[in-house]
Amino acid sequence: MVGNIILYFVVALVIVIFSFMAIRTDKILRAATYLLFVLLGSAVFYFQMGYQFLGAVQIAVYAGGIMVLFVFAILLTHKPNDKAAPMESHRRIAGAVAAGIGTALLLYALFTMPMVCSSNGTMLSLGEALSGDQITMKMIGEAFTGTNRFQYLLPFEAVSVLLLASIIGGVTVGRKR
Amino acid sequence: MDLNLLWYLVPSVVMFACGVYGFVTRKNMIAILISLELMLNSADLNFAIFNRFLFPGSMEGMVFTLFAIAIAAAETAIAIAIIINIYRAVGSTNVLESNKMKH
Amino acid sequence: MGITLPILILCLPLFMFLLLGIGGVKMSRKVAGILGILGMGTTMTLAYIVAFTYFFSGNPEFIIDGVRQQYQVFDVTWLAFTPKLVVNLGFLLDPISAMMLVVITTISFMVHLYSWGYMEHEGGFQRYYAFLSLFSFSMLGLVVATNIFQMYIFWELVGVSSFLLIGFFYRLPSAVSASKKAFIVTRFADLGFLLGILTLSYFTDTFNFVSMTSNPMNVLAETGGATFMGCSVLTWAMVLIFTGGMGKSAMLPLHIWLPDAMEGPTPVSALIHAATMVVAGVYLVARMFPVYCVVEASMTFICCVGAITAFYAAVVACTQVDIKRVLAFSTISQIAFMMVSLGVARDYMIPGEHYSGLGYMAGMFHLFTHAMFKALLFLGAGALIHAVHSNDYTKMGGLRKYMPITHWTFLIGCLAIAGIYPFSGFFSKDEMLAAMFARHWFWGAWMTMVAGLTAFYMFRLYYLIFWWEENPEYEHHKPHDAPWQMSLPLIILAAVSCVSGFIPFGELVTWNGAPYHIHIEAPVAATSLTVAVLAILLATVMYRKKNPLPEKFRNALPGLWTAAYHRFYWDEIYLFITHNIIFNGICKAIAWFDRHVIDATMDGFAKVTQKVSYSIRGMQSGNVQAYVLWYFFGALALAIITLICII
Repeated sequence: MVGNIILYFVVALVIVIFSFMAIRTDKILRAATYLLFVLLGSAVFYFQMGYQFLGAVQIAVYAGGIMVLFVFAILLTHKPNDKAAPMESHRRIAGAVAAGIGTALLLYALFTMPMVCSSNGTMLSLGEALSGDQITMKMIGEAFTGTNRFQYLLPFEAVSVLLLASIIGGVTVGRKR
Repeated sequence: MDLNLLWYLVPSVVMFACGVYGFVTRKNMIAILISLELMLNSADLNFAIFNRFLFPGSMEGMVFTLFAIAIAAAETAIAIAIIINIYRAVGSTNVLESNKMKH
Repeated sequence: MGITLPILILCLPLFMFLLLGIGGVKMSRKVAGILGILGMGTTMTLAYIVAFTYFFSGNPEFIIDGVRQQYQVFDVTWLAFTPKLVVNLGFLLDPISAMMLVVITTISFMVHLYSWGYMEHEGGFQRYYAFLSLFSFSMLGLVVATNIFQMYIFWELVGVSSFLLIGFFYRLPSAVSASKKAFIVTRFADLGFLLGILTLSYFTDTFNFVSMTSNPMNVLAETGGATFMGCSVLTWAMVLIFTGGMGKSAMLPLHIWLPDAMEGPTPVSALIHAATMVVAGVYLVARMFPVYCVVEASMTFICCVGAITAFYAAVVACTQVDIKRVLAFSTISQIAFMMVSLGVARDYMIPGEHYSGLGYMAGMFHLFTHAMFKALLFLGAGALIHAVHSNDYTKMGGLRKYMPITHWTFLIGCLAIAGIYPFSGFFSKDEMLAAMFARHWFWGAWMTMVAGLTAFYMFRLYYLIFWWEENPEYEHHKPHDAPWQMSLPLIILAAVSCVSGFIPFGELVTWNGAPYHIHIEAPVAATSLTVAVLAILLATVMYRKKNPLPEKFRNALPGLWTAAYHRFYWDEIYLFITHNIIFNGICKAIAWFDRHVIDATMDGFAKVTQKVSYSIRGMQSGNVQAYVLWYFFGALALAIITLICII
């Protein structure tokens, strides 16, 4: 219980700080590294909420796949000591205002709107939310391979086609002419 | 004091706001892409959070997040391919310099 | 009577119009001409059958106890504006419509036949026949209309076909402007007609002639004594309706289009602008006669307009050089004669008069006889123009030896219009003058003078064409009589003009259908005959042989002669009003308003739009990050609005 809370605070802090640093740093490679930490923090949240498979996918795909792509891209397109200079100040102010208002608005909405569970009408704590059945691999596998209600064979196949298309597309676009 | 969904949503909101700020202020395309990933990740996280705390008996949010991750991977791969191509053509990954088609 | 024949009478010319109008280009001239003549001949036969059935069958549908009835062969609803105000299309048979069927189809057939010779060498032969068919259809539809709205529709159709035929030689600028003039002037008059129709139907809730004329006092009662600018509404309505008739029948001051309409082919002048269409105004007054009788003022108005027009046109006709113009002014004068005749008639007994409806009968009689002899005169004029290639009598003279058929038929026409016994004009004119004298001696005397003028100018024309002195140009180009297609109609019409005076017209056409036995009023007949003979003698003295007398007369009254020659400057007055007052005065102000207020407002919209577009075009920068920023602000704004609404 207390461990959960401590873990939460650590991870939340990591996410907030590294999100900030990822967008503030001058060096792109560092930004990518900070993004990696944010993604890993999100994965920890998934684990904490009982989505082990999702957390694993997050680490494998994002941290393992996408980050490698980022790093390769950065290394290919950057000379050493390149600085990523930010935009002129009025754009920065506009962005800050947009982000600030957005945050304020979302937080206001979060704390004023009722966020209650659909089944019993109360705001669940993490323990209560986790008290039900665990999500097993069998359930996930069945969800992805059936065609009944709450089963997703068609989107699954569509995503596989998409990935294939993006592989081919990536090769075609990126290849030297 | 116990964890509930508000706790989880607050870092997600911050992550999203950072993504927005980064997207509009960065000049480097890869940095923009990184900001985009932040926003996308925040949305993914929200799916999972709402699924867990509001509909604990079902798993649609998680499934959706899985799809989103898959699509994000595809999108990033294509985006990076394009960026590399632009770099090859223009010699820079600065968005303000890749405007040759306009003139 | 079944409805087949009447429908065929209307549909056959329409069909011929469509056939010749659409398929005409693919036909040879001969085929188109024969088709047109056959179509019109069939229509004429059918119309004769219908008219004779109506007049002589004795069927109780048509005649009860010797009184002829108004019979609606069919009357179908066409447009229903409100449950009460319904426009029908139908076929009304009564004495005047039956008579008009005969007149229109006869003249139209003659003109069809005549045109085959006359138009032989002209371009657009097929188009010409198509237009003739369209005109016949419209005119037939006009006379058989069961209600005033149907009449109005065909009235406009007649105007259109007249426009098309006047402008037939559309390469001549004068023909084009004449057709425009005719159309605009008659349209202008028709505006009054339409206003009158709307006013009348607003109060009576009906367009139907039978229901209006069978109980005219009801019409007066329905207006409820409403007045407008000092006159009763009914007076306004009837005078406005008469305005339409003034336009079509070329009464002063709306007569200016008719002399110019002679730019059209001469057979068209004979058919439309002499015999049939121009009497539409007379026909309209006759149609609404009982309602006009309710309003004494409108009858007086008709009389005055008619009397002034008749005299004016007769004076002008004495000075014109163009033979078709002389005939045109003579037409105006004669139609005005009919108008006066209708204006002096009443549908109730007047103390001291043995038959107050005589003027109506006489007017219709004159309409009939005038149609025949005026068509004859015009067709004769056409034959002359065909032979001499000029409209001008100074290019003619002494033609009696070269063109005997034309000479004799033209002479018959002149005698008929002058009112010499036993030609048809004598009988109808005698009845008209008798009716006028019975009403008031002034009308009778005035119109007798006009009749004398008529005889004078017609014989002036006759002598100048056929006697006077020979044009020396005949030696190079010898004029000769027209081919049989043109001579035959002349002979037929001349024969009709000789005998049609003996038709017992009073037995057939009277205002209420009851027969009236015509008897010649000896004093009136003697007076008018004397005046006519004297006028003819004067014309003989002045114009039989070339002599200086006409020149002397002209020099004695130079002002009058010039004014009459210029038609008393009516055209100039119209030009002054339209150009100097309307175009320069009113229209310029309106144009200024249009340009500087209305257009400026529109330009302002455009300018504001342009300015705003210019100022915000920077947003369309192609910079995706800026787009995202705007998008995000938009999304935030929506979110805030949503939140406010929820709270």
